[in-house]
Order: sequence, then structure tokens, then C-alpha cells
Amino acid sequence: MAVSPAPTNSSCPPGSGSGLLPTVLSGYATEGFFDEMFLPDGTLRPHYRKFVSRFGTIPRAELDAKRGAIDALFLRQGITFNVYGDSQGTERIFPFDLLPRVIPAAEWEKLEAGLIQRITALNLFLHDIYHEQRILKDGVIPPYYVLSAKHFRREFVNFRVPGDIYIHVCGSDLIRGADGGYMVLEDNARCPSGVSYMLENRRAMRRTFPGFFDGTGVRPVDNYPAELYEVLRHIAPAGVADPTVVLLTPGPYNSAYFEHTYLARQMGIEIVEGRDLVVRDQRVYTRTTKGQQPVHVIYRRIDDDFLDPTVFRADSALGVPGLIHAYRAGNVSLANSIGTGLADDKVMYYFVPRIIKYYLDQEPLIPNVPTYLASEEKDRGYILDNLDKLVVKSANEAGGYGMLMGPHSTKAECEAFREKIVADPRNFIAQPMISLSRHPTFIEETNHCEGRHVDLRPYILYGQKTTVIPGGLTRVALRRGSLVVNSSQGGGSKDTWVLYADE
Amino acid sequence: MLSRVANSLYWMNRYLERADNTARLVDVNLQLLLDHRALDEKTLAGHWIPIVQSAGDENLFTSLHARATGKTVTEFLVFQPENTNSILAAVSQARENARMVRDQITSEVWEEINRLYLFLRSPAARQRLDSSPIEFFQEIKTSSLYLQGLTNATVLRNEGWLFQQVGKYLERADKTSRILDVRHASLPARGEPVPVSQAGALEWAAVLRSCSAWDAYKSIHGADVQPALVAEFLLLSPDFPRSVRFCVQWVNTLLRGISGVAADRFSNDAEKLAGRLLAELQFSTSEEIIDAGLHTYIDQLQTKLNDIGGALFQAYIFQTFLTPDNEQLQQQEEQQQQAAGAVTGR
Repeated sequence: MAVSPAPTNSSCPPGSGSGLLPTVLSGYATEGFFDEMFLPDGTLRPHYRKFVSRFGTIPRAELDAKRGAIDALFLRQGITFNVYGDSQGTERIFPFDLLPRVIPAAEWEKLEAGLIQRITALNLFLHDIYHEQRILKDGVIPPYYVLSAKHFRREFVNFRVPGDIYIHVCGSDLIRGADGGYMVLEDNARCPSGVSYMLENRRAMRRTFPGFFDGTGVRPVDNYPAELYEVLRHIAPAGVADPTVVLLTPGPYNSAYFEHTYLARQMGIEIVEGRDLVVRDQRVYTRTTKGQQPVHVIYRRIDDDFLDPTVFRADSALGVPGLIHAYRAGNVSLANSIGTGLADDKVMYYFVPRIIKYYLDQEPLIPNVPTYLASEEKDRGYILDNLDKLVVKSANEAGGYGMLMGPHSTKAECEAFREKIVADPRNFIAQPMISLSRHPTFIEETNHCEGRHVDLRPYILYGQKTTVIPGGLTRVALRRGSLVVNSSQGGGSKDTWVLYADE
Repeated sequence: MLSRVANSLYWMNRYLERADNTARLVDVNLQLLLDHRALDEKTLAGHWIPIVQSAGDENLFTSLHARATGKTVTEFLVFQPENTNSILAAVSQARENARMVRDQITSEVWEEINRLYLFLRSPAARQRLDSSPIEFFQEIKTSSLYLQGLTNATVLRNEGWLFQQVGKYLERADKTSRILDVRHASLPARGEPVPVSQAGALEWAAVLRSCSAWDAYKSIHGADVQPALVAEFLLLSPDFPRSVRFCVQWVNTLLRGISGVAADRFSNDAEKLAGRLLAELQFSTSEEIIDAGLHTYIDQLQTKLNDIGGALFQAYIFQTFLTPDNEQLQQQEEQQQQAAGAVTGR
């Protein structure tokens, strides 16, 4: 192990085992939180040693320059998101922190197994619900919860989806609590996004710090587009040897538009909007300058509701009239399938451990966060009595919308939620406030590294085989004390390194 | 190629060419005024109003600015958000179109368009314009040339490239004719112009410089700046790359590249109209044009160019791509709130 020649600083955490810490980390305090990089006694965790020894050799001024260069690069490449509801077209980059989150091999192995277990069980669950409904008949889940779910698509009961796969792409959010144990916070089984940040963050790191990777043993993530393309080809309609795959985007005003163009380019497929597609005789075609060309597989980044105005929302300006008929006729395949939103209903989330047990006869390898259902009388009483201590979420909202963070809310906000919960208990769950793990993060205001809360979104692909990309998007709540890693609320991201070895 | 993509590539290039031409027009005319002694308000307006007419909407201008001066006209043509033909608006539109076809253009092209856009929207742009207009316009012209070079050197000669080039040359033909039209008030409605004064010669030279044609013109006609010769050069020269004839020649060739139809045939109205206009330009003389009246001729020419663009649209794009309405924008935004930033809480 190379010993870092970085200058000493007396306020280094005591006993930092790998030698000396770079000044930017000197005086860093874990403040009683579970820290990804440091043990409670201030010792560096072994899997961070190689990184820190190299990081420490970079002069401070160079570090600042590199940080500026990465931000400028992201802006110039247009790796930005649109601020929701801002008509001025303000674009911001998703702030990027130079310190990567490092995960040792043994830890990742467990996560990988747990994520594969979860997506496998969820696909079996969706198949069952849209066919025999055994799990309901056996009384494992009260039917009411499934049949009342907002994203349950009764139109697709007894419809055979291509390859019998419902969720092709999943992004499950993982967090670590005070004891460092991983938990699943939620499953994103419809159109999880953010994977382009995972890929671009890695690219930016390799470009800026080529020396970090040499000999550190970081597993690559860049095969994601190729793996995704393989999944999409796998579900092509029967008899189509060389399918045409397209990516269906809502359009350039969607906040994930950059990601759509990025993935399409990486996979070498065409990106289309609803208006580029036309359905004739239950087949889908693109409108081209040379007439209409057939399409076989659609990686759609549009919600179910908007896919086809003749079947779902009639006011959809983004969809393709007739698309669902073509889908039902088996002439075009969709990823993800229609109706997967049922699996990321937060009330279903409560039942996932039971779902795993029921279909796989296994205990969940990654536990859930303890959850209370407002529609269960006992739980509801508890929720209403403890609103100021709990996090309350609506069952089908994401993005930090429709949520109450009890301990950080005013009395009036709590009361407003109480009314909502009483009026529509099916639509709410509650969880204890989890003290998320923290990671050293460079903070511009103090010009120093401080602990900030993080989560992790790995990406799972389910086709002929199941692939968990070794890495993911680590999101970080840049505001001090904040637990919200949302990009619109001061969130940023980090590169995520999964190591070949344990240190 | 998707019709929508073809449409975006075509417009991306039209808007870039538009920004480039407007930059040259404003730049040259700002410099021209440096050669004059103090001008009264009327003379000043007489100088600037034709430029506003050439590059924008005069009614809009007068509704926004009380007086036509270098400052107000520059503001109107460079930054004015209300003016859909301002340089900023044109570059924004070019970028918007580029964004829609990000997967179809090279990253170098995208990054340069994005860089130009970010520059124009930054406070640094205004500072540069205030402190050194020449440098400011140079930045835009250089960016335009860089993009043309990139396209020339890195882009596959496929259908997409053909649509890009058609957009560029149609816009350029239109702009050259508009810039030539700037000084039409100094000519009689029909017939031979009277010999020009020294100040008039400077203005006609400015027309040439606005089309980057000054050196090319001099190499043929020397420093003798006569309106009839300028008109002939900018309309009919077979060799000057910004003349209307040169551009239409390219449009005609490119259109046949898209369809694969032989040069002496046509398969759609765009090809028919382009071939017809080219023949007309090939077999015209400046005397005939001057006789008919330059302004009238240019008016008709612009209609013909517009008709080619319209026919191209009919032939290949099939459907109108309206600017998305608010409802649609909102729906686009609403999708997938399982977004990168969208971790729900704890």
C-alpha cells in the first residue's frame, strides 16, 4: 500500500489506519452517524484505502480546477435537468461530488443476490396477479389492496406479455440505517431513470482522474446500454429475427430527455416521440422521409396512462392511437410491460417480504423499512398518534411529492396530512424516520468535506438472464442535515465504485 | 430517416445560418457608421430601419423602441426576446432542434451549439457586446464557421446531411437577397440607377461585406462599387458561395440527392421549383433584373424560395409539427416522476 505524501494535519481523525488523510478530509467528524468511509473511531474503512491514498496526492488547487472542469463539461454536454414547473427553461446540472462511494465485493455480492431475489419475486407476483391470482386466493395479500391499486390494469388480466416478463428494467432504492444495514426503500418498476448519470459520472471520473482507476479494481458499468439492448431484443415478437427497437420519449421538455437521447445513442436505436409512430392493421410504424417503416420493440419512457389515447387517457398528447391494439395482437413488445406500477405501489411494498416468501419460499435478503398501512385500523391509530415522528407517503406518488416528514414539519402540515389520511387511508403508508448513512462530501460553502446523507439506486435488467449493473446512482443530500436527495431539492450525485475485491 | 428528425435537422441549420447572417449584417453596419461624422436622428433612422426590415419585423421594432439607433437596433437584432429572429432567438431555436435530434448529430456539433447558446445567455455575452462589438460578432461568426467545418469534416453524407445542407443553402439564399434589398430605397423603382455618391458607395460596399463578399467582389470588379454590379454578383454569380444562384444550385443538387432522381427530372414539387428557379437564375442578366426593378425582383425571388421550402415539407415531412401547446408540455414534464432526483423520503 502506497503511503500518501499528503501533508499532516493534527486534526486528522485519530488512528486513520491508512496513513495520512488529505487535508480536504482533515477534521472530518462522523458525528455519530453510520459513515460510508470512516469507522466510528475515525479509522478509514479498508475499502477506501486505495482511493484515499491516491486522492491525497492531488494538490488542493488542482482538485478545485478539476471540480470546475467537470461541472463545465456537464453543462456543455447538456447533462442537465429541467426544473419542474419552471417555464423559463432553466436548466441545471445535477451537482456532482468528486468523492466516490465505494462498495467492497462481499457487500455487493449480498446486494446483488437480494436485488435479483426481489425482481424475480416481483415478476412472479405480477404474472400471478394478471393471471391466476393465487396469492390473493391463498389469503397472503388481501385482494382489496391489489384490486384498488391505482396502477393495477384490469384490462391486462389474462394477457400474455412477451417472454412473460413484466419488469425488464428496475431501479430499487437502497438505504442504510444507523447500524449500516441495507434496506430497500422503494421499488421503481415503471420507468426508473437516472442511469445516464451513473454512466456519465463514471465517464467524468475516468476522464478527470485516470490515475484513480489504475490498480484500484473498480468494476465497469459501461456495458449497461448493451445489456439493455439485449433485453429489448430478447422480447421481440415471435418470428422477428432482426427486430427494430425504438425508444419512445415524451419529448425534449421531459426532465429525463437527456437520458433518453443518451441511451438511444448508446444502443444505436432511434428515439421517437408519439407523433413519429403510426399504427396500421395492428402494426406499428415510424413515419420516415421514405414512407413507413415497421417497429417491433418499444422501450417506452412514457407512463401507461399516456401510451394510447384510445385506451387510456383520452387527452394524452404523447401517445400513439392504436398502440395497445398492436401490443395485444402481439405485433409489438413494450418494456416495461403495462401494469407494473402495481409493484411499486407503496402498499404493495409492504407485502414484498410476503411475496418473496410466497413465490420463492425464501426470506428477503434485503429487508424493507418497517412500514405501517393507514388502512389497517391498528396501524392507522399508531400513525395518527405519531405523525410528528413518522414519514408519511402517499401510495403512488414519487419524486418526494405527496409526502410528510413528520419531525421536520409544522403542526399545521401534520394536521393537513391527518385529514388526508382519514379521508383516504388506502392511499397512505408511514415509516419511521431512518437516519441514513453519510458519506464525506465536498461542501463549497465551507471549502471542506462534511458528512452528507446518501442513498443508492442500483439498476437491474431482467431478460434472458438477470443482470445487476455493479454500481448505480449514489444520490447525496447536499444540504446539511437534509435527508432528501431529490435533485430539485438540493440533491447531488456521486460515482459508485463496486470493487472486484474487498479492499 | 424519421420525418421529424429530417425536419429538425433542416431547421437547426436554417436557424444557425440565420444567426450568422444577422451577426454579419449588424456588425458591418455598426462599423459603417464609424466612418460617418455625427448623424442626425433622421439620417440615422434612414440607415437602420432598412436593416430592421431586412432582418426582422419593423412593426415589432417600433412598438419596442422609440428611436432607431445603433444601440436599439443591435439590442433588437441580438438579444430582444420578443423578436423571434434575433440572434439569441435563432440560436435558441437551433439548439432546441438540435436537442430533439441529439442522437442523430455528433457530440462535437451538439456541444458547440450548446456552448454558443450558453454564451449568448450568459452575462458575459452582453459585456462582450458592450466592450467590443467586433469581438462579440466575431465569436458568433467563428462559431458558425466552426460548426460548418465540423459538419463538413465529421458528418456522414447521408440523408440527414442532405437535409441539413438544404436548410443552410435555402436560408442563405434568402438572407443574401434580403441583405441586398437593404439599400433598395436608394434605387429607382425600375430602370438604371443614377451613379452613386461616395457615401452611397460605402453603403453598397457594406452590403457586400455583410455577405462576406467584399474580397470576392473586388477580385472581379475592383473597387468600383456599382449597385447593378453588386446585384449581379450577389444574385447571379455562379462561383461565389453566398450568391443566390450558387445556393439554389446546391439546393437543386441536394434535393435530387434525397430522392435519387436525375438532374433533368423531378419527382416532387420541391425539385420542380428548385430546377425552375435555377434555370431562371442561370439565364438572367442584371440588366433585366434592374429593368424590372430590383426590389420587385427580390420580392418574387423570396416567394419562390419559400415555395421550395414549403414543397420540401409537403414531400418529406407529411405532417405539421406544431409547437407543443402547454397541455402537451405539462404532460411531457409529468412523465416518470421516478426520476433521478426522485427519491421519496424517509
